[in-house]
Amino acid sequence: MSTLQPLGLTADHLRVVCDGFVAVEDACFDVAPGESFGIVGESGSGKSTVLRALCGLARAEAGTVRLRSASGVGDGQDGLDIQPLPGSKAFRRQVQMVFQDPYGSLHPRQTVDRILAEPLAIHGMGDAETRIERALDEVGLGTGFRFRYPHQLSGGQRQRIAIARALILEPAILLLDEPTSALDASVQAEVLNLLEDLRRQRNLTFIMVSHDLAVVTHLCDRLMVMQRGKTVEQLAATDLAQRRATNPYTLSLMHASAGFRRGAAAVT
Amino acid sequence: MVCVMPLTPNLPMTEPIAPLLIVEDLRVAFPARGGGMLEAVRGVSFTLGRERLGIVGESGSGKSQTGRAILGLTAPQARISARRLEFGGVDLLNCTPQQRRALRGGRIAMVLQDPKFSLNPVMTIGAQIAETLLAHTRVSKAEARKRVLASLESVRIDDPERVYKLYPHEVSGGMGQRAMIAMMLIAEPDILIADEPTSALDVTVQLQVLSILDALVAERGMGLVLISHDLRLVSSFCDRVLVMYAGRVVEELAAGGLHEAKHPYTRGLMACLPQLGQSTHPLATLDRQPEWAL
Repeated sequence: MSTLQPLGLTADHLRVVCDGFVAVEDACFDVAPGESFGIVGESGSGKSTVLRALCGLARAEAGTVRLRSASGVGDGQDGLDIQPLPGSKAFRRQVQMVFQDPYGSLHPRQTVDRILAEPLAIHGMGDAETRIERALDEVGLGTGFRFRYPHQLSGGQRQRIAIARALILEPAILLLDEPTSALDASVQAEVLNLLEDLRRQRNLTFIMVSHDLAVVTHLCDRLMVMQRGKTVEQLAATDLAQRRATNPYTLSLMHASAGFRRGAAAVT
Repeated sequence: MVCVMPLTPNLPMTEPIAPLLIVEDLRVAFPARGGGMLEAVRGVSFTLGRERLGIVGESGSGKSQTGRAILGLTAPQARISARRLEFGGVDLLNCTPQQRRALRGGRIAMVLQDPKFSLNPVMTIGAQIAETLLAHTRVSKAEARKRVLASLESVRIDDPERVYKLYPHEVSGGMGQRAMIAMMLIAEPDILIADEPTSALDVTVQLQVLSILDALVAERGMGLVLISHDLRLVSSFCDRVLVMYAGRVVEELAAGGLHEAKHPYTRGLMACLPQLGQSTHPLATLDRQPEWAL
């Protein structure tokens, strides 16, 4: 399977239940190969759970997740390549995740070198030496960072390591769970630019979760708004940018992201 | 047991001229590795009246250490110096720990970033708020309970009786932060220092918490110091904004005067934020100049 071929992803009637609480109800969306798709919502809306269900960190009670190529769903019936199924090792190699908090997602007692070598060892990819060096170069850190520990790095540098760890397997789809919310504004801009460059170079598909509408519309072509586990609406980022949203919840999120206004701030 | 404050009768509300807090040339230094001292705050000066003052900066700019130094919460190994650090006529640098304790929580209060970590996990919310009140005033238990319920109501908690009995893990982030604000306000402080009070909260809840703070400042005539990394939010909320970089105030802006910012750091900080309805690809990044830190 060539990594240059972009892959898309289709989620159909996805439902996640944790201890009787329905975290995600009936989520359906289709992400085209090479597209950048955003999921927005407040905390508790189930947006992160959707991502976790996609990559198998949360168990979906019902629904299907399939990878697909540009020409169709890869179930083998239409004569196309069979795409790996969720839960398989091949699927995990294609779908990698970057977590929210770079202070929590890197092993504190492993060097950058070991952090990056582990996915390579799991997936039996050889040539670790050059791959690690190339991965560090690609995220703009350079090989000087290879034998440092996470505590010797700043938040932005750690997030770059987390991105390098995800990309070292040459996946087709990158799941981004609030990749910049733990970072300063200026560092956020650097990481967003890096993600955009990498997507262009590698033809990656992004699925990004964020509570920040401005960040999502910056990086994504299309987005889905979630509230209390349910999909509120799906719309194009350009519609949102031109304030053409119709749903009241989406509008309230838009108002909220515009900053504080005296007298007008009383949202339920 | 309960401290009676001899030198701090409540200031009359009709005294707009004298500032509540005067900070002049405040410096906070920490011992660095290999001897030497590292200055986190390097000569910050401002005065605070009964207004909303914002302090904005990125991590490491010294904004939180400024707030902590005013309250006397700086780590013991740090060295604080200032030409003047005065609150309502009390010299904060040279007062006794006793006086300091009486002020802290009583007349200067602080709201911290994340209610998950700043509330006591093994005390009910009601008991925690009552504790603050009992530490600063002499009231009966019944009276304390009544005032706690009233303070919970003042931060727009609908069912104070229920929330009174809950533990911090049983409430949402927004509710926890409101409880935290209620706790800080119950002793009726003159100054509230809010260190990133909304950054752990959702955007919509963020605005609710800010509007509560806003109303309380307006009603009680408190001075508010809002410390945040969110330049846009702070400038839409505060009367005045100080922008900090590398331990110094690089610029002071009036409310809504964000677009008139002159310092390249402030302008760079503005430019690197993605904005709804404006597409700039790639985003501008901050090109830090060494002379900003001089």
